[in-house]
Amino acid sequence: MVLVVCITLVFLDLRTSWVGWIRYGAGYVTDAVHYVAHLPSTMGTWVGAQARTTEDLRDDNQRLDRQLLILQQKAQRLAVLEAENVRLRELLNSSARLDARVFVAEIIGVEPDPNRQELMINKGSGDSVFNGQAVLDASGLIGQITQVGPLASRVLLVTDATHALSVQVNRSGTRSILVGTGHPDRLRLLYVPDTADITEGDLLVTTGLGKRYPAGYPVAIVVAVQQEPGKAFLSVDARPTAHIDRSSHVLLVAPTAARRSAEARASASDEPTAATNEEGGIQ
Amino acid sequence: MSRTTTASGTPVIIVTLLVAAWLEVLPLPDVIEYFRPEWLAVAMVYWTIALPHRIGVVWGASVGLFQDVLLGTVLGQHALAMTLVVFIAQSSYKRMRVFPLPQQSAVVFMLIGVAVISSYLIQGIAGRAHLPPLAMLLSALTSAVFWRPAFSLLRWTRRQFLVR
Repeated sequence: MVLVVCITLVFLDLRTSWVGWIRYGAGYVTDAVHYVAHLPSTMGTWVGAQARTTEDLRDDNQRLDRQLLILQQKAQRLAVLEAENVRLRELLNSSARLDARVFVAEIIGVEPDPNRQELMINKGSGDSVFNGQAVLDASGLIGQITQVGPLASRVLLVTDATHALSVQVNRSGTRSILVGTGHPDRLRLLYVPDTADITEGDLLVTTGLGKRYPAGYPVAIVVAVQQEPGKAFLSVDARPTAHIDRSSHVLLVAPTAARRSAEARASASDEPTAATNEEGGIQ
Repeated sequence: MSRTTTASGTPVIIVTLLVAAWLEVLPLPDVIEYFRPEWLAVAMVYWTIALPHRIGVVWGASVGLFQDVLLGTVLGQHALAMTLVVFIAQSSYKRMRVFPLPQQSAVVFMLIGVAVISSYLIQGIAGRAHLPPLAMLLSALTSAVFWRPAFSLLRWTRRQFLVR
């Protein structure tokens, strides 16, 4: 009897969204457990911060000051480039690329099951997190939100075996599909033709074609390209640029108001225009 | 719950289960992640053989469902596994109680092996299982190793707080 209920539940959860309320209700307790499990490392960080000497802090401060200076200088050039980019896009009549707003979340848990590559973050439905939201760290794409709980959310990493996204080679513009392998530092490109322009060290960036991820964020770096005789496709291995196993904070990309209204318009008129949805097809 | 007249200590059981849940998600280095014991299943086996008239398959299914939400798996995956574990433990608790501890550990290994494999099968249906199933059995092995301390601790708790 109970077994039948369980099996029914499995199928309901896999095929429909009717049982989401169980997840959400129990989330109040399970999210709290995740927070408590995160406490030891929080305390470790706190103790570490308390135990630092003034000298350390001064060194840190100097280093950060220098870094800030360099980054500010880069940002200055960025502003000019962005303006130029917008002008050129206007000339080409394609939609302007929008700068996305981001907000910060803390990682409070890592999925213990080695079959799955997932994270828990400390932002839930109260913080306007939504399903499918893109998650980044300072150096690249991490994944997307797959479950939003009341206090915490679950992030599916790009390295998970069930994850795939559309990417392109930054250098040549070759598009392909990047899939996870289940190993924390290995990704694979699918269906790369033998003649594709792709080499080791190439940076792969998001294309925005799946409408999930914003375009132009770095995802992975190609580490090995192997041509196997007799096979139609190259086997290409990559490693994520994001420091998935080392970062303690992540960035959530909030869609800008303009993009949201563009999407609403596109879905309302029922004929999605490629330019609005893909945030500009011309690179 | 027809025998609730003498039953007591439900909060204590729930607290031990929450501690087990906490141990399930406590961050561990990747290398020993495979060896993480199935703490919730171990705790449920203990409570089943200690209080078979109270802890049954409904408890098993509820705790399993809680574990599903906790670990973000398909709802029903651990519920099913835990139901099986509790059912088998409940039907053999008389024998379990008179076994010496090493033999108990062996039974716990088999019980949790059943749980792990059935949960692995459902994970496979959901398309989320890609490691060899034998690797999953490592956690059943460590669960059996940790059975003795867990048993002593839980028995002490049960006697201390007069859970009946």
